[in-house]
Formats: sequence, structure tokens, C-alpha cells
Amino acid sequence: MTSLPATPPTKKLGLVIDLDICVGCHACAVSCKEWNAGGHSAPLTDHDPYGADPTGVWFNRIHSYEAVGDDGDSRTVHFPKSCLHCDDAPCVTVCPTGASYKRAEDGIVLVDADMCIGCKLCSWACPYGAREYDEDAGVMKKCTLCVDKIYNENLPPESRVPACVSACPTGARSFGDLGDPDSDVSHLVRARAGYDLMPEQGCRPVNKYLPPRPRTRLEEVAGTALTPVVADEAGAIARWVDRLFSR
Amino acid sequence: MSRSATHHVETSPKVADEVKCTTCYMCACRCGIRVHLQGDKVRYIEGNPDHPINRGVLCAKGSAGIMQHTSPARLRKPLLRVGERGSGDFREIEWDEALEIAGGWLRETRRNDPSRLAFFTGRDQSQSLTGWWAKQYGTLNYAAHGGFCSVNMAAAGLYTIGGSFWEFGEPDWDHTRYLLLFGVAEDHDSNPIKMGLGRLKTRGDAKFVSINPTRTGYSAIADEWIGIRPGTDGLFVAALIHELLRAEQIDWDYLARYTNAPWLVIQAPGDAQDGRIARTADGSPMCFDGKRQAVRRATDADASPRLVGACDLPNGHRAVPAFQLMAARFLDRQYAPGAVAARTGIPADQIRRIAAEIAHAAFRQQIELDIPWTDWAGRRHDKMVGRPVSMHAMRGISAHSNGFHTCRMIHLLQMLLGTIDVPGGFRYKPPFPRPCPPGPKPAGHTAAPDTPLDGMPLGFPTGPEDLLVTADGTPKRIDKAFSWEYPLAAHGMMQMVIRNAWAGDPYPVDVLFLYMANMGWNSAMNVPETLRYLTDKNEDGSYRIPKVIYSDAYYSETVPYADLVLPDTTYLERWDCISLLDRPICSAEGPADSIRHPVVKPDREVRPFQDVLIELGARLNLPGFAKEDGSPAYPGGYPDYMVNHQRAPGIGPLAGWRGDGSSHGRGAPNPDQLQRYIDNGGFWQHHLPPEQTYYKHANGPYLAYAQKMGWIPNADQIVMQLYAEPLQKFRLAAQGHGDRQPPDALRARIERYFDPLPIWYPPFEEEAFAGADFPLHAVTQRPMHMYHSWGGQNAWLRQITARNRLFVHANTAASLDLVDDDWVWVISPHGRVKGQIKLMHGVNPDTVWTWNAIGKRQGTWGLDGDAPEATKGFLLNHIISELLPARADGHRYANADPVTGQAAWYDLRVRLEKCAPAEAGETAPRFAALPPVPDQAAVPVLRYGADFDRRPTGTGSDDHLEWIGNRRENAATGTGVRPGHGNRTDGSAEGSDT
Repeated sequence: MTSLPATPPTKKLGLVIDLDICVGCHACAVSCKEWNAGGHSAPLTDHDPYGADPTGVWFNRIHSYEAVGDDGDSRTVHFPKSCLHCDDAPCVTVCPTGASYKRAEDGIVLVDADMCIGCKLCSWACPYGAREYDEDAGVMKKCTLCVDKIYNENLPPESRVPACVSACPTGARSFGDLGDPDSDVSHLVRARAGYDLMPEQGCRPVNKYLPPRPRTRLEEVAGTALTPVVADEAGAIARWVDRLFSR
Repeated sequence: MSRSATHHVETSPKVADEVKCTTCYMCACRCGIRVHLQGDKVRYIEGNPDHPINRGVLCAKGSAGIMQHTSPARLRKPLLRVGERGSGDFREIEWDEALEIAGGWLRETRRNDPSRLAFFTGRDQSQSLTGWWAKQYGTLNYAAHGGFCSVNMAAAGLYTIGGSFWEFGEPDWDHTRYLLLFGVAEDHDSNPIKMGLGRLKTRGDAKFVSINPTRTGYSAIADEWIGIRPGTDGLFVAALIHELLRAEQIDWDYLARYTNAPWLVIQAPGDAQDGRIARTADGSPMCFDGKRQAVRRATDADASPRLVGACDLPNGHRAVPAFQLMAARFLDRQYAPGAVAARTGIPADQIRRIAAEIAHAAFRQQIELDIPWTDWAGRRHDKMVGRPVSMHAMRGISAHSNGFHTCRMIHLLQMLLGTIDVPGGFRYKPPFPRPCPPGPKPAGHTAAPDTPLDGMPLGFPTGPEDLLVTADGTPKRIDKAFSWEYPLAAHGMMQMVIRNAWAGDPYPVDVLFLYMANMGWNSAMNVPETLRYLTDKNEDGSYRIPKVIYSDAYYSETVPYADLVLPDTTYLERWDCISLLDRPICSAEGPADSIRHPVVKPDREVRPFQDVLIELGARLNLPGFAKEDGSPAYPGGYPDYMVNHQRAPGIGPLAGWRGDGSSHGRGAPNPDQLQRYIDNGGFWQHHLPPEQTYYKHANGPYLAYAQKMGWIPNADQIVMQLYAEPLQKFRLAAQGHGDRQPPDALRARIERYFDPLPIWYPPFEEEAFAGADFPLHAVTQRPMHMYHSWGGQNAWLRQITARNRLFVHANTAASLDLVDDDWVWVISPHGRVKGQIKLMHGVNPDTVWTWNAIGKRQGTWGLDGDAPEATKGFLLNHIISELLPARADGHRYANADPVTGQAAWYDLRVRLEKCAPAEAGETAPRFAALPPVPDQAAVPVLRYGADFDRRPTGTGSDDHLEWIGNRRENAATGTGVRPGHGNRTDGSAEGSDT
């Protein structure tokens, strides 16, 4: 079995995902696919890409579903999901070879492809289903938090962020150090009551989700109906006929 | 940086040999992209942070561009049909032969009768070139795909406010407090809408209401989703207007200053002037000045107009202000919330509450920006005042047969609230606003052999005299646009071309020339019949449509129906201009245009369509395309044209860096222009000074600038038209006035639908087929990750959606004894199609819907024969008719809006029947499988990216750069987040927010 870093990382890089504004457009998923197809874990193999059952390796997938209440009221939720880079990552501790590991310097959970034997124990251990087995390569792959992009000095500063983050058209994704209580992402999580996904699993995920805000309601300030001052055409004409306006 | 003890991670690998900035074309949004290249391979495409459209973001389509660029469905070489049409039996030929053949066909047709060329260009974004080519060729039978896309929105907007929704205007995302989004699942402004919604919701001080039968992406994050019954938006808006008028919650001053509300309308029933605007001898509209107690020019800056009250005109006619006529209509009880509730499916209390909320946002949350500005009359104003209610509308309004009037009604609501081009409202994007309607009329009155037209084929009629009809009223155009049947068909009616060409109605054609339009499949109404039209023969064995030329980059369902195929390039292999003469990339903050340039060389024998068209123009010796000595005018092809063509002196396809490089808008051609664009990231942009950014319709300095740029003929105020006089002119003709008279059979139709004030009427199919037989509406949406993208062959995107389901409300399904995953027949009056259902709650219970254009024909698009797109995916197109049921005399109108000819494919009515068990599992109808694209290689496994060079270059940065989405808005709401943009904070070393 593999150990987590002896000293828990103080720096915890991760994502903050705002479910209030995610429209389910898949931009983050495809942008991730595109960068990582040629990145650290290249390729993200696609089987039968033009055939009956096209399936490939994706580090980030969007789940769209309807939540229906007992009263029949429902809402549609778009839920992007990728590795949450857990503090207590069971995918690491379950790994028989040491291939799965959590970086001490920034907390990113990675797979060392040279050591991975493709036993898939990590994918069974991950409660979030965030691991992706590349059948063609025979190794497990996963979100790298774009470790080959966020520090990459061959890219301009504005590109040194995970691909999913800079691509997101609605601005629903943020990236930073969630181990630093003074970081902007930590402020954002506190202000918006960001939460852990499935905390009962005890994995202590680093990534956080911001819940949908309460829907804006205006009845209290705007009232529930306007008060008519004219009843019909004749009344309106009588009331309005002498009004003058300027150009 | 590689500090992990036992594992080596390369944190600063090589990315690219070079990065080139060009313009995306995965849809009509046209974002700026940075293409990272290793040799001739695309490593990575990301959004260009400096680009005015997308500011660095990129959608799913844009990020999947690599798979479009490398698709196995790409055509490789010109093809000449050798088998029967539709068989897909082709012979590859050389370009010389292809151009010789095309040139020969086109030359002969032009010599005989240029109108017998029907040239229709689909999702073309080079219409200023293709339209000009058609003009020089001399055919009036030209248009792009607007007839089945959104001509209702464009025409309603341009005839009403001098601008339109679509990508030609935008909500004031940063100031609006109330956004009404009508029928938008996705739109041309794909990324700007997403960015705007994200910012608006993050600000947290606005309410977002989505009116849409289906709760997909945008509607899912709305504060309130109104699941309206399709085709009834006009009733909903009319009820809002009714409520606002009764409560006097309208902006009187705005109406008096910026609209034709005070213009006097002649009231003389039976007279040829009835309903016309009262005008002075020199044509100026008149109002009644309450101070002077006299009529005077409505354009006078010192007028004090009345909006209500009849008066007598000097010639003895009675007249009333347009406002009064409008108010009388909408105060009528038929538009009371209670009267429209059942039909719209929206409870009356909800309509009343929305009206109250809109009034609250408009009149109690008034915005004042400290920006002094000068109006059209030279008067200074020390503030810009805004009513922060914004609206955006698209497909759900457009594709109904009542869409023109419904869109006009939305614009009327905007005018009444005073929310057009004011802070917090809807904003024009330059070059709009333009006069209502813009100037040019459709050309084609004088088509003659070997002769150019005297104007562009498309334009804006303002009365019966502008129609393209013969003396007996017969349409002159093959699609019947600008005829008495569809007078304001400003974008043509591409959806009718194949049917009419087959029927010889009003006449046959010799050559059908199509570009980038899948008219043999998902862009057709009534696919089975369309395929018959394309393959039907005369008794002598010749085809009813004699010759078909098609240009596309991919092996679509339409390719096998062409006689000659001219293979186009991908968007990364070509030059293009996104031009102010066409559909530019402007924002409300200022004009912009952009280019595409080849960032990768084609590895196939393909040519950009625009190059081919320019060469054909030269071979045909068309004026403008060939010099007087017969040599090509643009031997360098499209980039040569982009730089050197001048539509008017000093005005060309690209506005930036003209003359010596210091002129913008007007100036002599600049040989360095394209390099200047490339050096600037592929685009040119002008930031309007703050005092020109609102009130553009009445903003003196802005109007002067727009005139100087050549967008408007003069700097006069652009007065919005709540009362549309051009419509009344058609109505008067229908009543027997004037020398241009419609055929008698059309009089009642024209009189009814050419109402100068907005009206609502039931969609035609609903009127014809409502009731127990077809109780449900059926509509479609495009998924955001495939909206407007040219094919489902994309290896990455089809992993997200490779088949479509029919979505049915759970309660509706229960009432039909259907359960999730059942297979059903969707039966319309015109046919039936089989699909599998998926239950949901977020849909109007009277409506079923599906994702559009997912279904593919077996063998096409480079997909395997057993691809789900072909076996399970289905199109509702199969069961939509292009024609309405026959009139009493047997005549059949197009299934279209009677004003604009917009295809009414959202009017579809259906019923569902559960399939027999043996029928489940596969879609129907299926059409014969087509042979695959020539030389198509099998791709069992795709390992894109495996071979890129990832060797370390540089050591890697020590620290990360924190990124906050919507940083500015998050900072402003007290989260503790520092202001800035993305991973730049204001004042940080990386620079400040721009």
C-alpha cells in the first residue's frame, strides 16, 4: 500500500466550482480533454471514435440531472466532476505499487504511469468515480490539475491555470490554494458556503462546490401585481389626452 | 519544478513551436483563438484573452476544433458524379477539370438567363462576397440560410428598432437588474451570453427570467423559469404590455423622444391614405404640438408632442398619434392576463407579478451613469439614465409562423419601458442602429443575360413597389421571397429552393449551386420529399433539377446529391474576413472585425470556397472579378480581395489599418493590412468613447461617427417604429389602393398579417391540426456543445452526444401509458418518425422536444454504419412539411411566416404512439446507406496527442497563479476576493484588469 505524504501538504491546490452558474456547456470537459490529450498523461485514448460505441478517457465529465422534490417541483442541475485531490485520498493508500501518490509540495494527486500496473484498485476505492482507466495503455489516468500547465513557463501567465478554469465561459471555475485561509479561493468558499462533496466518505476533498444561490425573488419589493389607474381605452384617452412631452 | 521525491513530473514541458492567433469557426460565435502548433500538428487551441468576443474563454466546440480539423469525413479532392444522383458514386477529378466544368455550366446559364442559377450559401459568413458575386453574375436567386434560421428576428428588429437581437445586440450584462430571455437554448453569441449570465448572476443584484418550453442550460440557472406553451410568447408579452399600460408604468419621455409614438397616423377608412403617417410635403412625419396646439414636424427638436388625442390635418383628414392606436389595442381585455393564461400555460397571477417586477426594475431601480453626452440635436445631457430591464430573444420566437409579430411585440415592450440602448437595457452593437429599415431594396427587377443586377439581391422592401413580382403578381425569385406571399423575406427562403426548382414553380432552374448547407438532411424541411426532388427525372431521363454543384468541407448527407463537389478547407487552413460589411464581431462598446488566416497547410487537394468563387468569377469574366483585359482582378484569391476590394471608395471588407495603416473604417487599400491584423492577434477593434456607448440611436457624436464609417447614410436621429408604416402600405394595396395590386386570392392574407401594430395569431399548423389528433407541440434545441457546429462527426463531441432522445414530461408520459426508455412513433400530419423517450419535468407538459441534427444518415460524416447517430438518432425534419395544407383553390403556401417567409419549423404538432415491442431499438425512417467518403481510413483507436514533444524547456515556475472566475463581480459582492480578472489582480505584478 502507498502512503500519503508524511507531513500533510500545507499547500492544497484545487478547484472551486460554482453550481449557481454552471450551464452544463461541457467547455471545461472538452478543454481538459484537449490539453491533456497531449499533456502529462498523453494520450487520452478514444476507442471506436467514429463507431457504434465511442468511449474515451476524460478527466472531467459533466453530469446533468433533474432534482425533483416531493411536491413535484424540480430543478435542473449541471454538475462537473473531476478528481477532488483529497487530503485523505483512498486511491493513494489503496495503491499496491506506489504509482498513485499525493504530492507533498502542492497536494496534487497523480499517477506515475511507469509504476502503474493497471489493477484498478484505485478506481474502486475512489468514492467519486473520478479515475479513468486507459485500456489501450493499460494504466490508470486522472485529472492532473494540469500540473504541466500551471507552472509552465513556456506559457504566458494567463494560461498557467488548469485548462478547464480558463476555458469556462460562465466563470464558474476558480483555482487556487485551499490550504491557505487567506487565499482568494478560500475567501470565496467561505463567502459562498462552499461544501465538500460527500463528506461522509471521509476523504476530505480539496475541491469545493459552491451551492446554487437562493433564487432571486422580488415579490416583497415589487408586489404581486400593478395597480391599474386606467380601466379601458376611453379612460386612458381621457386621462392622457392633455399630456405634453418634450423631444 | 519537480520536487516529488520518487516521481518525476515535468512541470514545464514544451508546448508549441509557435502560437498563431486566428478566429474560431466551430460555430457562428467567432471567438479569437490561440492555436499552439508543433510543426503542422495542432497541440492545443485556447481562447485569446485579448479578443473582444470571448476574452480568453472557449466553449466545448472550440476546444474540440482539433477533431474537426482532423476528421475522417473531410473531403479530399473534387468529385464528379458518375452514378445515379444520390448513389454517392463519384470519380475524383483534378481542380482544373472541376473549375472547367463548373465554369462551363455557369457560363451557359448566364448567357441564357442568369436567373436560372440558384446560388444559396447556407451558413455562409462571407455574404458580402457571395452576394456581390451573385449580383455581378446577374442572378436574383441568391441568399444564405436566414430563411430557415432567423429572418423573423432580423426583419422584426430592423423594421422596428433599426437593430436586432441575435448577435447584433446584447443585454447590458453589467448593469441590468432584470433579464428576460425568450426562447434561447443557445445563440450565435454563444460565449458572450455565457459570460454575461455568469457575471450577472455573480453580481447577485439582478433577476433572470427565462421564458422557454424547455429547461435546458440557460433556463436551468434562471431565477424563474416560465415553461410557456410554444408559439404563445406574443400573448404573454401582450399581457405584460396590457398590465403596464393600465398602471401607466411606461416611459413617456422615451417614447416621445426616441420612437414614432407621437407621429400622427391618418384615420380615413376607405381612403388610400388611411393608416399612413401624416407627412409634410417634403416627407417629414408630423406630430401634434400641445403647446402650439398645431401640427408640426415630428422631427423638430423643440416640439412638445402629444401622445394621445385626435386632431385635424390641413387636408381635412383626422389623425391620431401612433401611441394611441397601440394603447387602444393592448388595453383591450383580450390581452388581460386572465384571458391569455390558458393559452400560454402561464397562470394569470404569475403574469401580473412579472409585470410588477419589470415595472419595479425599470422605474424604481433607475440607473444614472455619470457620463455626459450630446444628443442628435446638439443638446448636452449630464447623465446617462437607464431603465435596467434587458431582453434577448431567438429561435423560440423566430421559427414560428407568428414570429415576426411576436418579435415586434417584444421590441414594443422594450420601447414602452425605455430600455433600448440605455444603461441596463438592450444595447445595439455597431454598425447598428440603422434606419428602420436599412436602405437597400432587393434588386432583380431587371435581370438580363450576361448582365449584372443593378443592386444586391437581398434588401428591405418598404412597399409593394419594391416586390420582385411580374405584372400579374407572379414571384420573380425561385424561392418566392419578396413576392406577395412573403413580402419582407429579407434573407430569402432557402428552405423552398429545392422544392420550387423541382416543381418549376415559378420556373425551373438550370444550376443549383449550394455552399455549406446540409439541404439533403438536417437543414431540409421534409427530408424524404427533398431527396425525391433532388433525384426526380423528366420523361427523357434527365434530372428535374439539371445540375447541382455543392461545396462543403465534409462528407455530409447533401454531398451524394451533387453532380460536382468542390471540397472546402477546414477553418484552420484558410483566409476569411469577419467583416463589417457582413456579420462582424462588434460589441456594444465599439466596432470590431477580424480575420482567419491559414495556420496549417491543407494536406489534401482542397481549396477555400471563397478562392474558388473568386476564380470562377474571373473565368466567367464577371465585372469586378475580371479586369477589362480579362485578367483576374484578384489573382491572389480571397486574401487579395480582402485587402484590395472596395465596396465604396475607401471602404473594404476590413476596417482596420487602412491607407498608410493609421486609418480605420475608411482609407485606401493597405498592402500591409493582413499582417497588421496578424500582429494584433487577428482582429481590429475600436473602443467608442464613453459618451458614445449608449443612446446610439440619438447620440449626435456616435451618429456622426457611424456616418463617417459608412454605416448609415446620414447622422439623423434613428426613430424607432412602434407603428410600422411599410406594413400598412401592403395592407392598403390589399384593400385595393395603389397601382401595385396583389392577386385577389392573397388580399385577405395580406390585409390580416400586414398589421402596422404587433398582433398575435395561432401558429398556422396549430390552427390547421390542433385537437385530439395532434395534441402536442414538438420542438428541437441544439446542445451547447454542438450548436451551429458543422457536424456530429467530431470524435470528442460525439462522446457526449451520439444520439438523441425524445423528451416528454413525466405526467404527459403517464397519461399516455409511457415509461422511461419506451420507443415511440412521433406522428405528425405529414409522417412519422421513431425514437426513444426520456422523461423529464422541466418541460411544458404539452410539448415534446429533442436535440436537433444529432441523427445522421448511415454512411455519411465519416461515421461507421452502426454509429448511434444513424441507428438511433432521429430528425424531426422528416415529419415537418415545407408546405401548409392546400387552400380552397388548391394553392399551398410555404410553411412559413406570412410576412417574412421564415420557415415555421417550431409550429410542428404531433401525437405519440408506443411502438410495438418488435419495433423498438432502432429509429425509422432509415434511408439507404451511402457509401463512405472515398479513401476513408478506419480508426479503431485514436491516440491523438501521444506523439507530441514534451521535453522540458525551462525549469517551471515555483508558484501557481490563483484564478477566480468572475473575479471583479465576486470582489464587488464582499467575498473578500481581490478585484481584477482571472489570475490578475488589480495592481499585481502580472498587470491590472483591463
